[in-house]
Amino acid sequence: MAVASVRPKRRFRQPSVIPGFGLTLGYTLTVLSLIVLFPLAALVVRASGLGLSGIWEVATDPRVFSALRVSFGVSLIAALTASVFGSIVAWVLTRYDFPGRRIIDAVVDLPFALPTAVAGIALASLYAPNGLIGAQLAKVGIEAAYTPVGIFIAMVFIGLPFAVRTVQPLIAEIDREVEEASAILGSTRLGTLTKVVLPPLIPAVLTGFALAFARGVGEYGSIIFIAGNLPYVSEIAPLLIVIKLSEFDYAGACAIATIMLAISFTTLLFINLIQAWSRRRFGYV
Amino acid sequence: MSEAITPSDFPVADAGLRPPASVVTEKGWVRALLIAVAIIFLALFLVLPLVTVFVQAFAKGLQAYLAAFAEPDAHAAIRLTLVTAAIAVPFNLVFGVAAAWAIAKFQFWGRDLLVTLIDLPFSVSPVVSGLIYVLVFGSQGILGPWLLAHDVQIIFAVPGIVLATIFVTFPFVARQLIPLMQEQGTAEEEAALTLGASGWHAFRTVTLPNIRWGLLYAVLLCNARAMGEFGAVSVVSGHIRGLTNTLPLHVEILYNEYNFVAAFAVASLLAGLALVTLVIKSVLEWRYAGDLAASARH
Amino acid sequence: MQTSGYRRRAALLATRRAALITATGLALGLAQAGPALADTELLNVSYDPTRELYKDINAAFTEEWKAKTGETVTVRAAHGGSGAQARTVIDGIPADVVTLGIPSDIDSIARLTKKIDPDWRNKQPNGALPYTSTVVFLVRKGNPKGIKDWGDLVKPDIKVITPNPKTSAGGRWNFLAAWGYAYEQNNKDAEKANAFVGQVFKNVPVLDTGARGSTVTFAQRGLGDVLPTWENEAFLVFDEFGKDKFDIVVPPTSIYAEPPVALVDANVDKKGTRKQAEAYLQFLYSDKAQAIFAKHHYRPLKREAAKKEDIALLPEIKLFKIEDFQGSWDDIQKKNFDNGGLFDQLGKQGH
Repeated sequence: MAVASVRPKRRFRQPSVIPGFGLTLGYTLTVLSLIVLFPLAALVVRASGLGLSGIWEVATDPRVFSALRVSFGVSLIAALTASVFGSIVAWVLTRYDFPGRRIIDAVVDLPFALPTAVAGIALASLYAPNGLIGAQLAKVGIEAAYTPVGIFIAMVFIGLPFAVRTVQPLIAEIDREVEEASAILGSTRLGTLTKVVLPPLIPAVLTGFALAFARGVGEYGSIIFIAGNLPYVSEIAPLLIVIKLSEFDYAGACAIATIMLAISFTTLLFINLIQAWSRRRFGYV
Repeated sequence: MSEAITPSDFPVADAGLRPPASVVTEKGWVRALLIAVAIIFLALFLVLPLVTVFVQAFAKGLQAYLAAFAEPDAHAAIRLTLVTAAIAVPFNLVFGVAAAWAIAKFQFWGRDLLVTLIDLPFSVSPVVSGLIYVLVFGSQGILGPWLLAHDVQIIFAVPGIVLATIFVTFPFVARQLIPLMQEQGTAEEEAALTLGASGWHAFRTVTLPNIRWGLLYAVLLCNARAMGEFGAVSVVSGHIRGLTNTLPLHVEILYNEYNFVAAFAVASLLAGLALVTLVIKSVLEWRYAGDLAASARH
Repeated sequence: MQTSGYRRRAALLATRRAALITATGLALGLAQAGPALADTELLNVSYDPTRELYKDINAAFTEEWKAKTGETVTVRAAHGGSGAQARTVIDGIPADVVTLGIPSDIDSIARLTKKIDPDWRNKQPNGALPYTSTVVFLVRKGNPKGIKDWGDLVKPDIKVITPNPKTSAGGRWNFLAAWGYAYEQNNKDAEKANAFVGQVFKNVPVLDTGARGSTVTFAQRGLGDVLPTWENEAFLVFDEFGKDKFDIVVPPTSIYAEPPVALVDANVDKKGTRKQAEAYLQFLYSDKAQAIFAKHHYRPLKREAAKKEDIALLPEIKLFKIEDFQGSWDDIQKKNFDNGGLFDQLGKQGH
């Protein structure tokens, strides 16, 4: 339908009769530059004042390194947990019918809508040693709040909707006949699930995992209330940025921020790669 | 095609061809187990925290709960939060529609990169989102001396809070609309244009009705985040009582003043907002599932 | 196309609504941007535990200034960890006065921005200290772990709750108080004092960014056995959480804690509020303000101005000045809390 170019010349834009390209793209680029790119560039410029060796020095400072390790390590485990349980939740919500299913479906998005600070104080009061769940956990010797476990809980909380919502539509789209065919051909249910149903879901699960991971790494509001914030143990990288600022160490704060920025950009790139790969492999995202 | 193969067609091979329900779905106990796991998990991680907010808010009765909203500082925080959302959300609405129009209706070089850049604020830590504006507009920042000379206060004032909020909610509308508008293609707009409509007219009468539910949905989530943002705003706010405290910051302040009932009372206001958001969102999803489907896949 | 009419109406409605929202937003924004100019506003950027104190002080000042000059002055307050608050002043918050938890934070503002006169400590009476304080211990009711003195904090079964010395003035006073105690105990052996502080911090399970965070952790969340904290903060917990839950333990020696005040010269000159801001700082030394300090369990400069029963609550403690042990505030800050300082060293050895 698009007006085909006679000569296969590389051009900036495919021709189209739709108007407003210049206006909308111009506006988009201007706003994007002013709000996002220019301020982010300011960060990178400020950090580059340190030089690569300077940034490396900050990153390998034991306290910074351990904060980055806590942020990335715990977020990895939390995203993994969110992905496993999120996939189960997505499966249950799409495949089974049971009373209250719609309410539960709506509840999944709660962390999107609930302010992180509110989540933080609520989780802290629940999981503290004198809280409802914390007291039970304490009986079996688990300290939840004020340890890395607390960070884990907060990160699962905020990451869960990503894990569920990326997988859910794909489960809904699975062709039931393929499953039937697999069953008719003699496969057990488990065999069908692992060989036929799950493989096409993997890109979506990975995308959800990466989104939950990226969000967990950067999360601040809900974690500081429940983390304990102990250097080398439960201090997260975003908090360390705030602490560096309180010490008037702008360069250090910018260095940590740049490292985090680089890693989140890599994560985004990774997500895009998965989606491109899955588009080729399965024909959809 | 399963309806084509009926037992009457193949009476002998019935058992072999018509798979029993247990093969296309899980066994009863497995289903029950999975449902139980899902419900318990969601209850522990999502529902209980929400319930806690309300339980704590009403821990000392209705009187104490209402007292939290009688304070002038609380009024100021509510007002600031509304003002911030009232500026940030329409801003991102206009940006999102413009960006989605450019990206979804046209093929051009660098489109994927543009989408990634619009997405970037999603994965930037809120603290970093605040920090970058300090680096630009702070006294020590790039524009600091100029702003100081011209007596313009950006950070530690409303503009800084609005900017940080716009940043963290930046991708919401665009990300929702791009796939939706891509799926809808350009045929309808082209038809309208052929019939002599102006571009703006085609947008208003053809495109907008097509995307309205997606738009509303996006605005809803954008608004929830705008009113609830904590990390980014906390870096640029300065915490001046009655002046630069938004509701989430006010929650933190009350919490730090040992006024837990009030902290949770204000938190319950935000939680109530979250619940309303979820309800409207669910209603939209149930009623306009088709209109929203494209975005759900992304 | 029977729906087109409906669609058009919906679209129109949507545009109108969007326009309305934008307009309201702008109107509200403008309303916000243009505050009531008739009144003068002062901004006091202060540290964490002074929230209740400055509520009273500010109200008293507004009243007195109104009576004296007829002008209405509203004093706004911002509170947070002392270091974080100093950072906002450095980044340009329009503070008229700063009332922070430790001298080095005001020094940093003066050094980094030139907004405060470097000689600020001599601009106000008593080294810019309208009141002082000290560090005492808050323990669980009945003192089950038998904590009496700083030396008890290093016992293996004691959990100590303290804010982060990097961000909190209270955290720094706790740190310096423990150091000073050990320094005196060990015949002025700095090495042994360093080691002692390291032992104390091994017993710290949670490190909040501000004094308030630590108090919540200890009092509300039930963590830890002892909370070394500002004397005023300990009394406040008593009042807020009930005397049946906690005891205050006064160690035989503790630190002379100095939360100073200063005028932010560059800001008051720009805003034209120097007269009011200077009056505000002077007011802190008035009998009325001194009585308010004592009421909130700070140690007033003029004890005679305060109520007797308030003064009676403040226990006799042998106080030492950390400057006598470690020299100037520049040295104290650098040696202990700057990047790679003693506090950073402790963590590395500990983990």
